[in-house]
Amino acid sequence: MLLVECDQAQDGNWLTHDLFADAALLKPLLKLTGIRKAFGGVQALSDVAFDLLPGEVHALVGENGAGKSTLVKMITGAHQPDAGTIEIAGQAVTDLDPLRARSLGIAAIYQQPALFPDLTVAENIALGFEPPRFWGRVRWRERRERAVRILEDVGARFDPDLEAGQLTMPQQQLVEIAKAVSVEARVLILDEPTASLSDSETEHLFSVIRRLKQQGVGMIYISHRLDELPQIADRVTAFRDGRLVGTSQMAQTNRSELIRLMVGRELAAVFPKTEVPIGEPLLEIRHLSCPEEGVQDVNLTVRAGEIVGLAGLVGAGRTELARVLFGLSPAMAGQILVKGRPVEIDSAQAATALGIAYVPEDRRRHGVILDLSVAANATLARLPALSRRGLLDFAAEAQLANEFVERLGVKTPSVHAPVGNLSGGNQQKVALARWLATQPVLLILDEPTQGIDVGSKAEIHRLMGELVAQGLGILMISSDLPEILGMSDRIAVMQAGTIVGELSRREATQERILDLALGHVAAQGGS
Amino acid sequence: MLRYRRELAVLLAWGALLGLLAVWAPTFFAGDQLRNMLVSAAPVIVAAVGMTLVMLTRQIDISIGSIFSLCGVVAGLLVQAGWPMPLAATISVLCGLLLGLVNGALVAGLRLPAIVVTLSTLVAVRELLRYFREGEFVRNLPAGFQWFGLSQAAGQWVVVASALVIALGAGWGLSCLGGGRAIYATGSDPEAARLVGIRPRRVVLGVFAASGTLAALAALLNDIRFADVDPNAGNGLEMQAIAAVVVGGASVNGGRGTIAGTVLGVLLLSTIGPALVFLHVQPQWERAIQGTVILAAVSFAGHAVLNRRSRGLTTASGGVGTPGQSNSPSSASKSTKPA
Repeated sequence: MLLVECDQAQDGNWLTHDLFADAALLKPLLKLTGIRKAFGGVQALSDVAFDLLPGEVHALVGENGAGKSTLVKMITGAHQPDAGTIEIAGQAVTDLDPLRARSLGIAAIYQQPALFPDLTVAENIALGFEPPRFWGRVRWRERRERAVRILEDVGARFDPDLEAGQLTMPQQQLVEIAKAVSVEARVLILDEPTASLSDSETEHLFSVIRRLKQQGVGMIYISHRLDELPQIADRVTAFRDGRLVGTSQMAQTNRSELIRLMVGRELAAVFPKTEVPIGEPLLEIRHLSCPEEGVQDVNLTVRAGEIVGLAGLVGAGRTELARVLFGLSPAMAGQILVKGRPVEIDSAQAATALGIAYVPEDRRRHGVILDLSVAANATLARLPALSRRGLLDFAAEAQLANEFVERLGVKTPSVHAPVGNLSGGNQQKVALARWLATQPVLLILDEPTQGIDVGSKAEIHRLMGELVAQGLGILMISSDLPEILGMSDRIAVMQAGTIVGELSRREATQERILDLALGHVAAQGGS
Repeated sequence: MLRYRRELAVLLAWGALLGLLAVWAPTFFAGDQLRNMLVSAAPVIVAAVGMTLVMLTRQIDISIGSIFSLCGVVAGLLVQAGWPMPLAATISVLCGLLLGLVNGALVAGLRLPAIVVTLSTLVAVRELLRYFREGEFVRNLPAGFQWFGLSQAAGQWVVVASALVIALGAGWGLSCLGGGRAIYATGSDPEAARLVGIRPRRVVLGVFAASGTLAALAALLNDIRFADVDPNAGNGLEMQAIAAVVVGGASVNGGRGTIAGTVLGVLLLSTIGPALVFLHVQPQWERAIQGTVILAAVSFAGHAVLNRRSRGLTTASGGVGTPGQSNSPSSASKSTKPA
């Protein structure tokens, strides 16, 4: 019924205004109630109720890890909820899997398009349409004609015979949308579709979205760009720490209210922050750029005894900046000064020699070698000092390792136990020990307490305090806002590869950090 | 045409080699040299077609040399024992299918790495054959065995035509049948393939079965050229087939490659040996030159991959047989950051 009305409606505004005035009369395309999901003890979603109406764009906002992606995975059938019901077009659906979800008209477009890079655009669209049957003849001409028609529908102007791998990111996104259109998706999920698009590409995407709206397609729109939401969204729902904290009409809310909803948590945890005198600058960065990592024109100073927190959303360029500073991707332009002396850091060895240490983010992949012993891991960065004529001195290795195990309070049966047997927190301490063994002056910590237990977290924070008291400088990357606020003397906020603002410990609040991290583009646009 | 530039490049290289021979050693084209070359290349083409299917799905099958030897000996022994040729041939092909299914089941079912599985079957089958035959040829075959009892000329044409039919059939199936497109999709991105309703593990099982079957067919086409069956006839076949597939433009990371490229790869590589004789180059150079051609081919491919990487799409390593692949659709993206 509704579809017929929508198709007849010539004017999209009529649909959005009049139908939404009677939103209660519309049957939701999608209705979720009491959804819960836990991953290994971490509650990713608790008691979420959510619905999506035909012809509606429903925006989801929240910090990284707030539960938006988990919700999307429930809807696409990639994960099954632990509890709760999912209704699609009024029918309760259990055991949703990706194929079932697709046959029920649910399509998702991720930030990274999931196309077959070696196959043509036409074939990518056709494969989305129906799985190939073994003896089924491939009607190339029919496929091509359909692809041309659908691409035209979404306003894409490129040859359907191109291989998908040759397209640019926005073009690939259009192919994904074309796939969704070709299967006549009723529910379309767009996960940060504009993250890699330019303004004009974004505008084009919006016009496609508006056209789909008129056809009655319901869209879930995830975005960190709060400023673009009023242009496109009808309703907005905010998530925080796995909970849905509020849904409202887009027209009745604004940027600052959304930010308040996204961060409105109590700062309960107490951080063992000790005041230490701030000394001379250890690291000064001026106009640092590295196009390869997407880092541009970064200015930052870290002083002795200081913890500088580097905040920002995932993808803002924080880890990338750390990689540049540690010489993994040498800078292309700009200046780096260590203890006031201009230096060139073109390799990790050079960085280590200058007293820079980097404890990377993904500890299981880059931080420690799980199969090696605690002793071998802790001393890995000091191998030359521990070897005599190329032969390792195992006694010295064990001694050094024991020193650190004691100092950092690593809980391990012995220094010869494999690191893989330790808990996450203790693994992180071993990763830290490895770099402390090089006696650094500047320590870069990338998400130092991610995914570790509360006790170990507090110990690592205490240790950070001790280190700065000894005159080290620490640059701490963290997505955990309370941690940033609790531990940092100064907070630099990154967005789109550059530092968009610095806040002192006193002036920093969760809202101000998030406001900067979400971008200053048309900061008043939301209100 | 741009899509087939790899095939064109190989065709041009082969043409250049033949042109060189036409100018410097026209006698190459005088006798039945060219025909002999085609006849001896025919079995390699058939085996390489199977290898193409396997490599398109990101896998590899190095056991085909042993399967080839075993199936040839089986056919020879059965014919020697008085079985009719068609029945012996059928049983031999079924042997190949069975061994291919074993490979496929281990790779797709148990998710073991293909290189380890097929290396094991390569060695196991080869040593089994050595135990039973002790390197002895199957001799005293009835007259109906060599050239299917036809005249040599007719037999030769049957061999070449069979290889051609198999290659054309496989090429057509790959581009025009749903099953063929599923092979490309699986190799291009197994996770995305799963999401569009293809069952990648079933596809992998299928290509290994096809590879084993085609190795057996190749053995038949090879063995009927001689009066005896050599139990070591297949030694090194896997390397010839892999080399031809790679030279023909298929990606080791799956998803790209064509039968036409593979056939041209076989022709180019198998022309090099005889050409050297006619160009008065010491034949010891054959392997070195073949190696150089293969290196040139993969460098070409590596260059293409680097170009694509800069466009934001790359081919991640691993595949259906790789443990620890997550099932979430977000992992379907092929993007990796170069370390």
